[in-house]
Amino acid sequence: MTNIANPTMISDSQPHLQEPALKMEGVSIFYGSTPAIREVYLDIPAHQITAFIGPSGCGKSTVLRCFNRTNDLIPGAKVTGNVFFRGVNLYSKKVDPVEVRRRIGMVFQKPNPFPKSIYENIAFGARINGYQGDMDQLVENSLRRAAIWDEVKDKLKDSGLSLSGGQQQRLCIARAIAIQPEVILMDEPCSALDPISTLRIEELMQELKEQYTIVIVTHNMQQASRVSDKTAFFNAEATEQGGKLGFLVEYDDTVNIFTNPKQDFTRDYVSGRFG
Amino acid sequence: MSSNPYSAPQLPDAHSSDFQPALNKRYKLDRFFEFLTWIATFVGLLVLMMLLYDVISDGASRLSWQFISSFPSRRPAAAGLLSALVGSIWLLCVTAILSFPIGVGAGIFLEEFAPDNFFTQIIEINIGNLAAVPSIIYGLLGLQVFSRIMRPITGGPSVLTGGMTLALLILPIIIVATRESLRAVPNSLRQGGFAVGATRWQVIRNLILPQAIPGILTGTILALSRAVGETAPLITIGALTFIAFLPPLSLEGLQTDFTALPIQIYNWVSRPQPEFHTNAAAGIIVLMVVLLTMNTTAVLLRNKFQKGRI
Repeated sequence: MTNIANPTMISDSQPHLQEPALKMEGVSIFYGSTPAIREVYLDIPAHQITAFIGPSGCGKSTVLRCFNRTNDLIPGAKVTGNVFFRGVNLYSKKVDPVEVRRRIGMVFQKPNPFPKSIYENIAFGARINGYQGDMDQLVENSLRRAAIWDEVKDKLKDSGLSLSGGQQQRLCIARAIAIQPEVILMDEPCSALDPISTLRIEELMQELKEQYTIVIVTHNMQQASRVSDKTAFFNAEATEQGGKLGFLVEYDDTVNIFTNPKQDFTRDYVSGRFG
Repeated sequence: MSSNPYSAPQLPDAHSSDFQPALNKRYKLDRFFEFLTWIATFVGLLVLMMLLYDVISDGASRLSWQFISSFPSRRPAAAGLLSALVGSIWLLCVTAILSFPIGVGAGIFLEEFAPDNFFTQIIEINIGNLAAVPSIIYGLLGLQVFSRIMRPITGGPSVLTGGMTLALLILPIIIVATRESLRAVPNSLRQGGFAVGATRWQVIRNLILPQAIPGILTGTILALSRAVGETAPLITIGALTFIAFLPPLSLEGLQTDFTALPIQIYNWVSRPQPEFHTNAAAGIIVLMVVLLTMNTTAVLLRNKFQKGRI
């Protein structure tokens, strides 16, 4: 468990890689003709944890879903601007969304294991993507890395749904790891979990960032301050049509966002004065 | 508040007097509606029991191996429903083979692949309407298109024509059942599948269909049992009532004339001799046994698939 002072140490001790893992350049998102997100510019550093915080409905998750093109699956959703993954525009015509999703994994708000055995939950993604290696080994490694191996090693044939909520979420993380992505997107991964399970996931994230770039959406500001290196604060304003238009207010090292934000808005939010 | 702890337990007086719980009245309403639903169940069962009793008391004495293994005859005592029973089974197989893949395929397309636009909404509404079109209309369509225009292929009012007509009749039901079953699968499962880099078909094939298949099968078998009981469209396409041979088990067999259980029953009922009415009752028992077998199969299949998935 880290405290609020730790993120600085972590980000300082990490060598900053030359190019960001993910980069947004003027990304706007529309549902039909209604704008949902306005012009986001953002660099996500590799091998760090970046947190998206902000009030409900400000579009944090929508922005997150741009990174693995799951917005494509929502009828009527449209993304303008550029999203780069290690320099390649993810929305270029030549980029295949299925391959994007293998390279940029995702963990959802509500644990959603497949209604299959624990083993199959891990093996499924690898198999459909043509994994050539030793499947048993991959399953074990993924479950170990997600810190759930000891709890499930004797019941790999049992249903993934037979596990507790916290275990299911770690199974989903193992499932995401199994296809060997470079980035893991986490959409409020702990919001359905109790504090003990939340702690385990947070510890896990600290271990995982050695190998993966992690972007996490969270409602929980303590969580953002505990786990993340960088924090992006989003907010939304009411539009004339009665909708909400989300935008990025401030993006900085987590310690600056929480102790010395540049915007008054951010200060009010992180100090709990509104929202 | 001065209640004796050893008397019947009673909650201490409430702090607020803004509520009038009127528990007696609410419990009365409870019991009243329980009684209404009980009556509804009872009436349904009673009518069904009376029908069953009537049919069984009329026809049970006529049931024998001879009845099942004989062809129709002018003499009631010699008549049987072999050709009708075999014809019904033939029809059922043709109908199932035609309607299951088309219906499930269309259901999957509409639910999982098709965009939600004006065009697909029109299709959706029309499929709903088609399910409600009287079966005789399908019979007229079958008569003109399958029996007459496509005569070189179907051979007129044949098993194939009958099967195609019945398949059309139950297609909307299968499509709707398929869509409902697919829709019942939570979206989070689809998202999970896409998130590990599955294509649309991989998500459907490996994650969605295994969840939806019990519902799809149940819907299909219930639709098929409706097809087995259909009379009007078969009469309309010109199915015969007197068939003294069995269609050969071959492709040519598809093009031969046929009769089916409901037609045979209808024919017997409309005869003046009371002995034929007994035959009709016995025929109804056979038809009901066929239906019961099918519905049991539906339940067993569903249970099997539900156990198979974890």
